[in-house]
Amino acid sequence: MTVLAHRFREPSVIPGFGITLGVTLAALGLVVLIPLSALFLKAAGLGFSGFIATAFDSRAMAAYGLSFGAALVAALVNLFFGTLVAWVLVRYRFAGKRLLDALIDLPFALPTAVAGIALTTLFAPNGAFGAFLEPLGIKVAFTRLGVILAMIFIGLPFVVRSVQPVLEDLESEVEEAAASLGASRLQTLWLVVLPSLLPALISGFALAFVRAVGEYGSIIFIAGNMPGQTEIAPLLIIIKLEQYNYAGATAIASVMLIISFVLLFVINRLQHWRQSRMEGR
Amino acid sequence: MQLDIQSVSKRFGDFQALRNVSLSIDSGELVALLGPSGSGKTTLLRIIAGLETPDSGQVLFEGENVSDLSARHRQVGFVFQHYALFRHMTVFENVAFGLRVRKQRPSKGTIEAKVRELLHLVQLESMGDRYPSQLSGGQRQRVALARALAIEPRVLLLDEPFGALDAQVRKELRRWLRRLHDEMGITGVFVTHDQEEALEVADRVVVTHRGGIEQVGSPAEIYDHPATPFIFQFLGNVNRLPVRLHQGAARIGGLAFPAGGFENAQDQPGIAFVRPHDLGISAEGSGGIPVSLRHAVVIGPTVRLELEGPDRLTLEAELSRSAFDALKAHPGQALWARPVSVRAFLEDGGQ
Repeated sequence: MTVLAHRFREPSVIPGFGITLGVTLAALGLVVLIPLSALFLKAAGLGFSGFIATAFDSRAMAAYGLSFGAALVAALVNLFFGTLVAWVLVRYRFAGKRLLDALIDLPFALPTAVAGIALTTLFAPNGAFGAFLEPLGIKVAFTRLGVILAMIFIGLPFVVRSVQPVLEDLESEVEEAAASLGASRLQTLWLVVLPSLLPALISGFALAFVRAVGEYGSIIFIAGNMPGQTEIAPLLIIIKLEQYNYAGATAIASVMLIISFVLLFVINRLQHWRQSRMEGR
Repeated sequence: MQLDIQSVSKRFGDFQALRNVSLSIDSGELVALLGPSGSGKTTLLRIIAGLETPDSGQVLFEGENVSDLSARHRQVGFVFQHYALFRHMTVFENVAFGLRVRKQRPSKGTIEAKVRELLHLVQLESMGDRYPSQLSGGQRQRVALARALAIEPRVLLLDEPFGALDAQVRKELRRWLRRLHDEMGITGVFVTHDQEEALEVADRVVVTHRGGIEQVGSPAEIYDHPATPFIFQFLGNVNRLPVRLHQGAARIGGLAFPAGGFENAQDQPGIAFVRPHDLGISAEGSGGIPVSLRHAVVIGPTVRLELEGPDRLTLEAELSRSAFDALKAHPGQALWARPVSVRAFLEDGGQ
């Protein structure tokens, strides 16, 4: 038994490995693993061909496309704006900075339905912004653009809060060194600052992305929910549930879960590979 | 390159970091800015580099005013105390950085050859593919130096370059820096608060204090003839003796030493400075200050004595091992301390 334990982990002076790992696994199992396995079990009830037919019909495929595609666009937009916001919050001192800092987290706290309704009101053809955009031929509410907009709203804090602490820790000396070596401001940003932020940028991006994929509340108000057009995958799941098609709902959920997990896993490995290269482990 | 600093002042909020500082540094000289923290030495270095803008005054490179030139265009090599290496780049890429960001970027082969040459110079040829985190402190600082030298700087500026290293590495690196400087003949300025470092490495030492320059001179001049009480106390251990200054002489306990500059003094209170190794100790009554031995500490070849003089005065003396053995002194024994030479100042710091 002890031999096995020793092979299982490196000896460490920090006590409590057994109990902490036990609690961790128990919590993870109860909250995450058991519900998820129930999900897959339910989906398996469809049989292989039934699963394929339900999970990959044209309506579902369009929904995946929209959910993951829009989430990708939203995460990219957030990557840019979120980094900019973090930069402003860290690098400059101005009146109302604390207030702005506190506002960043609001999308975390706001019930997403409220955000959805607010965005819809603003961007509807007769809304405050929509009224200006409509004559220009830009439709936001009830289109895919609306979906992306809602996803941007809920994803922004993830990027800001990932990048901000890393940016705060970045020594100004490194930038001064680059300047004294003849680098322009742009070169310093591109070659020195951004690469240092890369791990934080990646994790912020990943968080914003998966959050957007799973988002439901705010999007259904602004999306219009046209099957095959502006219908997101989580909504499709709800629709199937309302039709008492539990197996169908779990089939779609399984596909979403697997895609998300694979993406997160790849991002995680990428992060780890980069880190280990830099730290020479 | 000839470097001139003309009446530079700099203030950070309420703190006057530099007040009206002027300094000329000759081409090929290696100058140490020596002073306690907060004396303005690093600010001065950063102003030379263009990393800080002076409130008034100018910086001249070769007679040309560069005050309005940004750090990017000054072509100075700056070495930071904590190296400031680019962590995500290999050693090679770090050194090549200054060449790669040039407007007229040299060819790949030229960069490669130049970087190899510099890595050879700093004795890190085999480390080109490593990342900074895989190097020791001394190696990192050498990478930082190679990186700064890559741009063929007009002047090399080093901010406490060895401050973060342990004693052994520090000693090695500073000899090595001196050799490097002699080989390359580059004008260099380095900041330090370590007097030993300044005296050992520099051609000329500039002592800074409270945002001003206290004294400029060769290491020997600074050590042998400190201009002010501050420098006396800053440069290593020193004994302070209360004296009376009277008609060109400093009087202590029946002894009188010549004190130039005080010919007109009439029995004024003063302070005399005596270095521990300038204090002669004898057992027989031969005149001097009566003291008793508190204790003696053997430090390698020398012995440091702590003595108690009259009026609870504590004196420190340094003897060679053989001189101490000949003395056959034991704690509590009465001895005589006789300064070989003293330097006296008026009590209020005047000369």
